[in-house]
Amino acid sequence: MGKIELKQVTKSFGDVQVIPPLDLTIEDGEFTVFVGPSGCGKSTLLRLIAGLEDITSGHIEIDGKDATNLVPAKRGLAMVFQSYALYPHMSVRKNIAFPLKMAKMDQAAIKKRVEGAAQVLNLTDYLDRRPGQLSGGQRQRVAIGRAIVREPSAFLFDEPLSNLDAALRVGMRMEISELHKKLDTTMVYVTHDQVEAMTMADKIVVLQAGVIEQVGSPLELYRAPRNIFVAGFIGSPKMNLISGAEAASHDAHTIGIRPEHIDVVESDGQWQGTVGVSEHLGSDTFFHIHNTGLADTLTVRAIGDVNLRHGDTIHLKPRTAEFHRFDAQGLRIA
Amino acid sequence: MATKASRSAARLMMAPAVILLMGWMLVPLVLTVFFSFKKYLPLRGDRWQNGLDWVGFDNYVRFVSSSSFWPAVQTTLIIVLGVLIITVSLGVLLALLLDQPMWGQGIVRILVIAPFFVMPTVSALVWKNMFMDPNNGLFAHLWQFFGAEPVSWLSEASLPSIILIVSWQWLPFATLILLTAIQSLDSEQLEAAEMDGAPILSRFGHIVLPHLGRAITIVILIQTIFLLSVFAEIFVTTGGAFGSRTLTYLIFQRVLESQNVGLGSAGGVYAIILANIVAIFLMRIVGKNLDT
Repeated sequence: MGKIELKQVTKSFGDVQVIPPLDLTIEDGEFTVFVGPSGCGKSTLLRLIAGLEDITSGHIEIDGKDATNLVPAKRGLAMVFQSYALYPHMSVRKNIAFPLKMAKMDQAAIKKRVEGAAQVLNLTDYLDRRPGQLSGGQRQRVAIGRAIVREPSAFLFDEPLSNLDAALRVGMRMEISELHKKLDTTMVYVTHDQVEAMTMADKIVVLQAGVIEQVGSPLELYRAPRNIFVAGFIGSPKMNLISGAEAASHDAHTIGIRPEHIDVVESDGQWQGTVGVSEHLGSDTFFHIHNTGLADTLTVRAIGDVNLRHGDTIHLKPRTAEFHRFDAQGLRIA
Repeated sequence: MATKASRSAARLMMAPAVILLMGWMLVPLVLTVFFSFKKYLPLRGDRWQNGLDWVGFDNYVRFVSSSSFWPAVQTTLIIVLGVLIITVSLGVLLALLLDQPMWGQGIVRILVIAPFFVMPTVSALVWKNMFMDPNNGLFAHLWQFFGAEPVSWLSEASLPSIILIVSWQWLPFATLILLTAIQSLDSEQLEAAEMDGAPILSRFGHIVLPHLGRAITIVILIQTIFLLSVFAEIFVTTGGAFGSRTLTYLIFQRVLESQNVGLGSAGGVYAIILANIVAIFLMRIVGKNLDT
């Protein structure tokens, strides 16, 4: 009921091609996240699927039917915008009811659906307020409510959490994930935040300059990034990338090692350096280490609280089995 | 203005402006009210130095019981309403049009605003002689071209003609305010409505028009204040004849043509009352609209 297929889709604005030919299949019921740095074309791609932008060439199929030239309303998709795009002069009830009213549904059915959606999203007490009287999280829920009443075949989310504060964002992340489990509908979610991508997605699509760098489950991307870009983008803190002699000794142009795969030892470490900034989170400590002779800075995660100060010498022992090796083109060496 | 000292300093510095403005308003107002209770006919020898006779509410009664009073009120309201309807509806359409990206947008916008810079007297003269003249006007030629009898606009259709002229002057103002309001509409709202299945007319009715509500009330408020005192356009075109005598024009005739300052002043006080009734009424609507 919600399979979306893109076949050789391109998009140009004037002479600038922002999306070179691209193929992608989003399976029914899947939670797919488009992730990439800002300006990578992920929002454009979402708007192409929504029909808010015309594609320059190629085909879009939704539920096996060609939707390339369908107007947005006929595609059976619902979208949640970054600014929420609530109608400020309508009450929450009217906002949620708007798509149903446009579909000319009868009053009783509209009332039932709106109240159902409000119940799911804990909005029952706020139905008669205006969007201006709600908090950020509540507005977000109204926007989602307006999307779910239509019972679309897929939901599109355009960076929906970027206007919320950090604590609320974590909460809404869970709510959206839970909603996905409950509704079991295809969701396409755009974000620049790799943590959101890792925590929510069934499938992550990593984009850079309109090109798909890798498609896979969060753990696939974590364990086997296809190239240096994905390696650096997925995972927090970032993977350490080391080139030069150390890499050559492992038959690679560049090697990557994640901060959590380097152990801090008392002595006899393979590598050593001086401690720069350290970030103490209680459960973990992140050290930024200089003068290793490997890279500008090396980031290392130590479990718990390790008593090292700025300027101390630190001994490190990388887990060699966890090295990611890349060739001169930046592609992974198997 | 946080401290007591800075507050009193601010009051002191504002005082000259406040006193000037108060004087500006109060002196003529008090004089008008004063004259409205006096018999003051300069041509019959009434002089300020000799003292003016106190006549109580005579002037007020005479002004209202005159056969031209109610028609003048009616004419005033017709002109104000007519101009408001035309400028607001055309203003919304023009603003929508000008909001579209197009070639030469800057020049087109300046051209649209241009009529606002033309003085009322001048624009009325231009309309009277260039368009509405029954012998040489462009309209007359147009009518003749289609084999119709030219209309002598200002005598046969004096009110519609004046409404047309005044609307032409005020349309740029309405367009400008409404255009800035349209430009502040979040495009994601329109896209959301498009996704929600709203066709173009519904999007206009449900999203654009409510968004413009505030700007429309402001346009109506400001224009009403100015339209109540439309004068030059009538003076230049019909001279108050052919049923185009507004309240303002009637007062003008009482004071300057009949040389009856007392009677005219009483009319002026009525005009103030009328303007205030309209203003209170409008402020209520605006207040309601600005609240939400």
